[in-house]
Parts: sequence; structure tokens; C-alpha cells
Amino acid sequence: MGILEVKGVNKRFGGLQALGDVNLSITDNTVHAIIGPNGAGKSTLLNVLIGKLIPDTGSVMFDGQSVLGRAPHEINQMGISRVFQTPEIFSELNVMENMMISCFAKRDGSFRMQAMADMYREQDVVDKAEKMLVDMDLIDKRHDHTAAMSRGDKRRLEIAMCLSQDPRLLLLDEPTAGMARADTNNTIDLLKQIKEERDITIAIIEHDMHVVFSLAERITVLAQGSPLVEDTPDNIKGHPKVKEAYLGEAA
Amino acid sequence: MLGLEKKDFNLLMVVVALSLFAPLILNIFPKESAFAFFNGGYPDLMQRFAIFGIFAIGFNILFGLTGYLSFGHAAFLGVGSYSAVWMFKLLGYNVLPGLILSVITAGLLSVVIGFISLRRSGIYFSILTLAFAQMMYSIAYSDLFGRWLGITLTNGETGLQVYNNDPQILMGPNSSTVPHLFGLEMNSRLTLPVGPWEFVFPVGYYFCAIFLVISFYLSIRIFRSPFGLMLRAVKSNNQRMTYTGLNPRPYTLAAFIISGMFAGLAGGLLASMDPLAGAERMYWTESGAVVIMTVLGGVGTLLGPVLGAGTIKYMENIISKMNEKLLHDWFSFLPESLEKAMVWSASWFTGEGWHMTQGIVFMLVIIFLPGGLVEGGQKLFKRRKHKTEHDTKTKQPAE
Repeated sequence: MGILEVKGVNKRFGGLQALGDVNLSITDNTVHAIIGPNGAGKSTLLNVLIGKLIPDTGSVMFDGQSVLGRAPHEINQMGISRVFQTPEIFSELNVMENMMISCFAKRDGSFRMQAMADMYREQDVVDKAEKMLVDMDLIDKRHDHTAAMSRGDKRRLEIAMCLSQDPRLLLLDEPTAGMARADTNNTIDLLKQIKEERDITIAIIEHDMHVVFSLAERITVLAQGSPLVEDTPDNIKGHPKVKEAYLGEAA
Repeated sequence: MLGLEKKDFNLLMVVVALSLFAPLILNIFPKESAFAFFNGGYPDLMQRFAIFGIFAIGFNILFGLTGYLSFGHAAFLGVGSYSAVWMFKLLGYNVLPGLILSVITAGLLSVVIGFISLRRSGIYFSILTLAFAQMMYSIAYSDLFGRWLGITLTNGETGLQVYNNDPQILMGPNSSTVPHLFGLEMNSRLTLPVGPWEFVFPVGYYFCAIFLVISFYLSIRIFRSPFGLMLRAVKSNNQRMTYTGLNPRPYTLAAFIISGMFAGLAGGLLASMDPLAGAERMYWTESGAVVIMTVLGGVGTLLGPVLGAGTIKYMENIISKMNEKLLHDWFSFLPESLEKAMVWSASWFTGEGWHMTQGIVFMLVIIFLPGGLVEGGQKLFKRRKHKTEHDTKTKQPAE
């Protein structure tokens, strides 16, 4: 049994079969990459996993519990965190405030009324936020407004915010899209380090094969809404079906 | 101090000092001088500064922090006033039960309106709140519920007031017949002539000012709390908030209720100063006024709403009183034709035309100071600081 079990998931948008009978099992404590050409249904699948889309049929179980029909914040509280393609952070707030929001969410759950406490006197949250920022090498920028930060820094902050919640499953949607090579390599190193240090499962959707083969332990190839093959990176590399899906019949 | 950082504590002290010395500051011109007209230190206006300051502080907790622009906050103001007058009718003229009830009813009403309106955001939220407030206005104006129940609830267009045959069960034979706090009458005042000046210290104003200071203190605490942080998170990125495991709905609803209760308190205070309540207090222009006050002063800043409320109420009360006779007096030193021209052009912006002035001031602030009057103050302060720093830097080499 994997930590995440997707069984028989179908999703239609009008006449388009976005996902057709998707079965996917992600093993605990692995890095699992989902790849596929454009329009293969990767983003749709991800949106199903985080509760943004409800599939027409099928089940999605996380650690033995169904995620279907739950609100995104409930799914997050179950232990699934998501990193977006373009970094989603609180851009009007500074780095420390961003970090503290996720630390509060971890400590207090989805809602807690604390209107008379001073946020900077909640020592446990402040300490945890500072520690995360030190770990992520962002502590010098703690008072900076996030809107002006580089894309790499925004990405690091977003990942730090997700990690502060100690998720069991971290979903990354093209984490290096639009990044320079150096930033991409930094992100790969960062993810490798996270994997080593933590008891965490990482599911990653990615176009960049360099990233995929540097990180993944298992790879699922999606094509036209259905999983084509699932195997280890070495076996995927030379797989004829994968070549066909990516390069067309002629190849 | 009081659980506040030094900077916030200083800000609170500024508000305390302003409230305490308002009767002196606002009567800066001697009584018989030419500028005495510009004195705003009479009880009725000072009360309004404080009451609408509270209204705007509460509104800013919703709009400034969460970004949800309510266009129906006057409904809570009106409901607060009606509640307070009903307490005067049933119990007597002590203002405390009235104020307590006005906060409670406004709170309950904001639970209902907030729960429904907050299902939408942006312009749809604004329209929903506007619709609710106009509905409340119509209900109050026609006394719909009262007619259903066969009683007088809002007394329709006449407005709710206290009559001699009302129960007033807590009234003894010697009780005061104006709103009071355990015998301290709200309309009593201490007049202090100092040379050519005349300072008035009204009880009602100081009573409101105490609530203003408390409201300001509460708003600082909310701004600095984890709750306030979450409200700013709502404004900044709703999507990231939900994917951080936070449910924005209860946060926005709590902010809506809190700001509704502030508005209810303001409404109760209005009735405590003058025991009347009319439907026009719920009209959409009142809702618009609090938006203008907050934006003019500075959305999302602590001091902004208070400054905005003060500025608008001052203009409303002073500029609207500039009539043609007064203008003729002012321009009488000019040759007659020029005087007429001046009076004619000035009359566009004074008296009934004060809305024109308000509009122009509002436009200028929005265009040049999007952060409101507070931003203006900050810019001024920074420029001076920058200048002194610059001066010392240029002087240094000479040493």
C-alpha cells in the first residue's frame, strides 16, 4: 500500500477526456515523478489530488483516508502540501510574516481566534519560523517584502512554508519552470537535502528531464490522460513507449 | 506597556492626548476673532469626531486588513441607534444598557449579513452588503416588521424617539430626563473662558472619547495579533492561504462581526448623545461616507481612519455652514465687482456645495497620496528626516 492511492480516476471536461482510468500508487518515502507531454493530464491529476477538482469516478486515498470532497485546507491539514508552478506566497507581507503564517497554521489548525495576542510574542512560532529561515538561508531577508524577491528566493520561501507544516506528502508542480540553470540546480540540491533529512514523500510534476532524472526514484509517464508506464528512471530512459509518446510515431 | 510595542504605545498616547485636548486644540481661535468660525470645538462636532472615528476604526478592521469592501456598514450603525433608543424607552435614560444592546444586536445582524455576503468576494461582496443595507433601510423606513407584529418598532419616517408614556421601568421620580451615565448627564458641559478664548468641555464628548481610545487600543491589538496576520493573509493571497491549511471563511466572518460591532457601538453612542434614531442613518450614503473616511485617512493604517473621520466631519460641519452672507463679509475688502465674482465662485464649494470640496479633496488624496493622509504625513516626516541627515552628511567633511 502506498501513502497515496489513486484508483480508476476519470475526469471529463465536456468532450475532452482529461483523465481516463488513472491508477497510481505512490510509495511512502520515495520521490515519484509524473511526466508526460503537454496535455497529458498532469495538472488535472494534481488538481484532483489537492481537492481543487473532483473526479467523475474513482477514488483518491491518502494514508487510508479519502481526500475527495474535502476542502483544500482540510487536505492540507491531513498532511499534503503543494508547491505551485509560479510561487504562491503572500506578496504583500514580508518573509518572516509569510513564514509565521504557515507556522501558525501548523500549530493552531485551520482556524483559531487569537485577536488579543501579540504575534511576535508567540515564542514557539517565532523560534520555529526563524529556524526554518536559517535552514533555508533566508534569515538575512526576513524583513524584505517578498514581492521584490528573485524567483529562486520566492521558490525557497514557498518550499520552506510547506515544510514548516511537516507534510507527509509534498506535491511540486514544475518547481523549476522559468528558472535559470543555476537556480534549477540549487532547487534540485535543496529537494535532495529535504529528502535526506526528512521522513517525507515527494511527488513531482516536471517537464525538465534533467530535474526528473536527478531526483526521481519512480517515474509515471502519462499520455492522453492515462498512465502509460510506471518504472524506475533507468528503465524509463530507454522505454520505447515513452519515446513514442514524447516524439510521436515517426521516432 | 499594555502589551504594546513602544511605537504602538506612543501612537496610542498621541490619540489619548488628541482626545484629551481636543476642546483646546479645536478652539484655537479666540471667540470674537475673524477665524472663530473655523473653531470645531463645539460639543456636537467633537462627539461626531469621536463616534465616526470609532465607526471608521471598526470598518478598517474589515476593509483595511482583509480587503473586503463592505458597502453596507451603515446598517449596523442604524441598528445600534435603534437598539439604544429602545433601551431608553423601556428601561430609562442610563446609556449603558443601550450601548450594550446596540453592540449585541449589531453583532447578531452582522453574523447573518456576513455569513451570506462572505460567500462571494470582490465586487459581488460589496453589492451584497449594499443590498442588505438598503433592505434594512427600507424595512426601517416603512417599519415593516413593526406593522407585521402590530407594534411600533422603528416608527417609520418619523424616527424612533422617547415619549412620556414609555415604560422606562428603571426611572425614579428624580431621574434625569436626558441620556446620562449614573446621573452624569451627557449634554452637560463645563465652559471655561480664558481671556478672549472660550473652551467648552462637554461630558458627552469625553464619554465618546473614552470609547474611541478603547477602540483604537483594541484595533492596535488586533493588527498585531496572529488573527490580524491571518486577515492580512486573506487580503494578500487567498489561494496560498487555503493551501497552507487555513480556512479563510471564519477569519473573514470574525472580522466582519467585529467591525459590525464597532459600528453598532458608534450607532449606540450617536443615540446616547441625542436620543433619536432614524432610518436615514442606514442610507447607503452613510455607508459610502465611512468608506471615504477610511480611504482618505489611509486604508489599513492604524491612525488613518481616525484622521479621515475627523477630516470629513470637520468639512461637513464647517464648510457646509459657510453661507453667502459670511462669504460677503470675508470678501468685503475687495472692490464690489471682484467681491461678487469671488463670492459666486466660492459658493460652489461652500454651503450646500461642500460635497464638491469633499470630492476634490478626496480626488487629490487618491491621486497624489494613494496611502491616504497617513502616507502624506509619513512622506513629510521622511523628507525632513532625510534633509537633516543630508545636512549632517554634507557638514561632516568640514569638521
